[in-house]
Amino acid sequence: MKRVYVNEAWCLGCHLCEYNCAFANSGLSDMVKALKGKKLFPRISVDGKDKISFAVSCRHCNDPLCVKCCISGALHTDNGRVCIDKTKCVGCLSCIMACPYGALSVSENGTAQKCELCLENTCGEPACVKGCPNRAIVYEER
Amino acid sequence: MGIEFIYPEFEVIRNDKRCIACRVCERQCANEVHSYDEDNKIMLSDETKCVNCQRCVALCPTRALKIIKSDCQLRENANWQDDTIKEIYKQANSGGVLLSSMGNPKPMPVYWDKILINASQVTNPSIDPLREPMETKVFLGKKPSQVEKDENGQIICQLEPQLELSMPVMFSAMSYGSISYNAHKSLATAARHLGVLYNTGEGGLHEDFYCYGENTIVQVASGRFGVHKDYLEAGAAIEIKMGQGAKPGIGGHLPGTKIVGDVSRTRMIPEGSDAISPAPHHDIYSIEDLRQLVYSLKEATGYKKPIIVKVAAVHNIAAIASGIARSGADIIAIDGFRGGTGAAPTRIRDNVGIPIELALASVDKRLRDEGIRNNVSIVVGGSIRNAADIVKAIALGADACYIATAALLALGCHLCRTCQSGRCNWGIATQRPELVKRLNPEIGCERLVNLMNAWRHEIKELMGGMGINSIEALRGNRLMLRGIGLTDKELEILGISHAGE
Amino acid sequence: MNHIEGQVRIPSGCAIAAVISKDGNKMTGEKIIESMKPMHDRSNGLGGGFAAYGIYPEYREFYALHMFFNDRASRKNCEGVLKEYFEIVKSEIIPTRKIPSITDEPIIWRYFVAPLRSMLVNLQLDEKEYVTRSVMKINTEMPGAYVFSSGKNMGTFKAVGFPEDVGVFYKLEEYEAYSWTAHGRYPTNTPGWWGGAHPFTLLDYSIVHNGEISSYDANRRFIEMFGYKCTLQTDTEVITYIMDYLLRVQKLSLDEAASVIAAPFWSTIAAKTDISEKEKLKYLRTVFPSLLITGPFSIVLGFNGGLMALNDRLKLRSMVVGEKDDKVFIASEEAAIRMMEPDAENIVSPAGGEAVIVKVKDGAY
Repeated sequence: MKRVYVNEAWCLGCHLCEYNCAFANSGLSDMVKALKGKKLFPRISVDGKDKISFAVSCRHCNDPLCVKCCISGALHTDNGRVCIDKTKCVGCLSCIMACPYGALSVSENGTAQKCELCLENTCGEPACVKGCPNRAIVYEER
Repeated sequence: MGIEFIYPEFEVIRNDKRCIACRVCERQCANEVHSYDEDNKIMLSDETKCVNCQRCVALCPTRALKIIKSDCQLRENANWQDDTIKEIYKQANSGGVLLSSMGNPKPMPVYWDKILINASQVTNPSIDPLREPMETKVFLGKKPSQVEKDENGQIICQLEPQLELSMPVMFSAMSYGSISYNAHKSLATAARHLGVLYNTGEGGLHEDFYCYGENTIVQVASGRFGVHKDYLEAGAAIEIKMGQGAKPGIGGHLPGTKIVGDVSRTRMIPEGSDAISPAPHHDIYSIEDLRQLVYSLKEATGYKKPIIVKVAAVHNIAAIASGIARSGADIIAIDGFRGGTGAAPTRIRDNVGIPIELALASVDKRLRDEGIRNNVSIVVGGSIRNAADIVKAIALGADACYIATAALLALGCHLCRTCQSGRCNWGIATQRPELVKRLNPEIGCERLVNLMNAWRHEIKELMGGMGINSIEALRGNRLMLRGIGLTDKELEILGISHAGE
Repeated sequence: MNHIEGQVRIPSGCAIAAVISKDGNKMTGEKIIESMKPMHDRSNGLGGGFAAYGIYPEYREFYALHMFFNDRASRKNCEGVLKEYFEIVKSEIIPTRKIPSITDEPIIWRYFVAPLRSMLVNLQLDEKEYVTRSVMKINTEMPGAYVFSSGKNMGTFKAVGFPEDVGVFYKLEEYEAYSWTAHGRYPTNTPGWWGGAHPFTLLDYSIVHNGEISSYDANRRFIEMFGYKCTLQTDTEVITYIMDYLLRVQKLSLDEAASVIAAPFWSTIAAKTDISEKEKLKYLRTVFPSLLITGPFSIVLGFNGGLMALNDRLKLRSMVVGEKDDKVFIASEEAAIRMMEPDAENIVSPAGGEAVIVKVKDGAY
């Protein structure tokens, strides 16, 4: 299965992936309208210190702990992809506690959110990958 | 401030309606132009630091930025132009020699743009490169004056060492130090992909790149930095650098700040020490000395590698080339006065040397007049900008072209001409690790390969139009060229007729 | 301003034909003249000519210089110079007949000469090189004089006009040759100079050519390094010098020379399984890149004892070959061959770059 992989050697720490992610999941067609003056709720985040940086997002584990611990059945897998059904999420945030990678986060309305590889939005392919200026995030089969 | 003040050259125009304060510009500017005002939640800019490298413009996700030339002008004066006056202010401040980077930006004649290419109509057919074979392979090196045959009448197929190129283009010398590890890696891997060569410049060869040896020209320049036996053995050819088009007559200077880590080890000089290449080679004060170095290098490498002698295009270039062609060198590389540089004194870059077009035409003619054109191949550089320039250069008589500025542009360079600062935001002319990593050599290689493939297609289209299906039938084929708006003298030197003749 | 030939490059289309007897049997010029008639429209009356081999058996040891002179003075002047270089054993006017279609003829003369031994020794040159240089000198330095044929036991005959008329003009029915080549010219310019007609020759090499080569200036500027002067700026001239350089100076075989001027594509060379052949082809292309001829051409090279026909490597010009008994026929069109031999057999159209070499039996010429 194609997954998003990160290569910190080429990560510039520019944070563009976060903005592209938030924009892709905004449902709007203009980035300015989507993001200007708003608090950002990206599903990928750039972490790092000093001169090392890298983006973190869901790895779509083969045996996802988040799915196991989800009390409402909101988190589930779909052909290997870990997805979230927001209508079922009760906002207990157990998944955030369980994920060893810090790949889940809280969304604007308090439910959990995570990377779904942009297959649920109009982008069609991971926006973080598409917008990365240095190919530090790639979407590929490994 | 006061008397020292020079108003910033550029203005950063930020469209506040579009800016989402993502701070990408701030993070990407090594010159620290952009900053974020936490209190007002807006981006600020300090234009005094801007070099117009366009990195922030290119990465701004909402196209909220543009950089424009400042319209704060001194009173207009055709003689004392703005730049001229500001240079005087700078020198009055510093007492120093002005430094510049990349090629001569002055409005000097570009002869390529005054030469037009022929095409077939009626009397012979043009050839469609999509349907017919179209060959761009060239061999550089000395050609024998007489074919030798054995007692059975069979040709003895022995040749002096030759360089085989899939197309008549090579990446010219840029040292590791003046450009980054990732820039070098991009060039090396692209050269391998393309079946051409790149050139180490005078900075030695990083140990990681020995594996690209057969696509590498190793350079020996006046400072001899990084030269040792393994280095000479590593390359497919050895280039003796006598001069450079951007700065004929002077040496090189890589500041100690760039001599760090691997650069220091590769150059074989201590960290932090300035790398100063002397103006001349101190063992070459005359043509016979050059011959000695040519043969020393041949001797050291078992006569297996062609020796290139690179010179800047200067007034007497035809005679110089004639001397080199008789020195044992296999290839002459001529660098025209518009050639690029990582740093050169501005006055020298802008005023010394001659255009490559004229130098090439006169060298090719002189070598033919003397019957020694076969002794050497001719490679020309110094602002070869596109496939048409290459076709014109080949038709004037070059065997191949050296490109560097065009290659750097492919890697992201936006020609801001401040390489000497070491803060290249595109990760090319810098040694700062956080900047170097901005150039992913995988992307760099792809873009170089794309550029060269695009040019190869264009060269084939142009050749096909002329009814030529192999690049060797274009070489020196000056009948395929016509001048436009050139004087009789210029036409005479170029050896071409005027359009309409 | 009207340029004369040599001051301007003149592309032209053409018709070619040739016949050779492998047994060395002699043929008069009538057949070859006939062959040009069906190809009338391939010429435009601005040049026609013939080369004939084996026509001067009684003077076979001497170089036959065929010359055009503008006037008597230039002939006298030139003869003076000739005597400094050569022993002239015979000099005569070339017989012609007056016909209405051929006018404005220059003075046409032939000399049978031998190089002066003392000069050869002085200049340390072999005989052929000496003759070549002398011809170049006359053609470039003597106004009003032009050598248009300089081989032994062969000669060319050319004029401004249609080839079939040129044949009649020169009384070619009176010459007997074991090999003939012919040419009708269609220049896209109107210089109308007799020297510009084909065949073009140097020593015993003659070329008839149909095409317009795109590599002309690359070839010219290369070959001029070796003492040749391309005074006419025609393809045929430069091809002749290239063949002389490759065959006489570089001592290549005909096949080798063919794979220089119509070199196989690199991809073809790479696909060769015969290693030594592959190595040789690569060597020739590497050593003589500037002698690759591109653009359309079909040529017939005549030389003492044989012919070679060759097309450009893309076969951009028509050329067919046929046989009958001891004879081989070559022409731009099959119709021309049928005029010479209605029952010609094995008519083939050689592939681009494939040299057709026909040699007369040893001792038969």
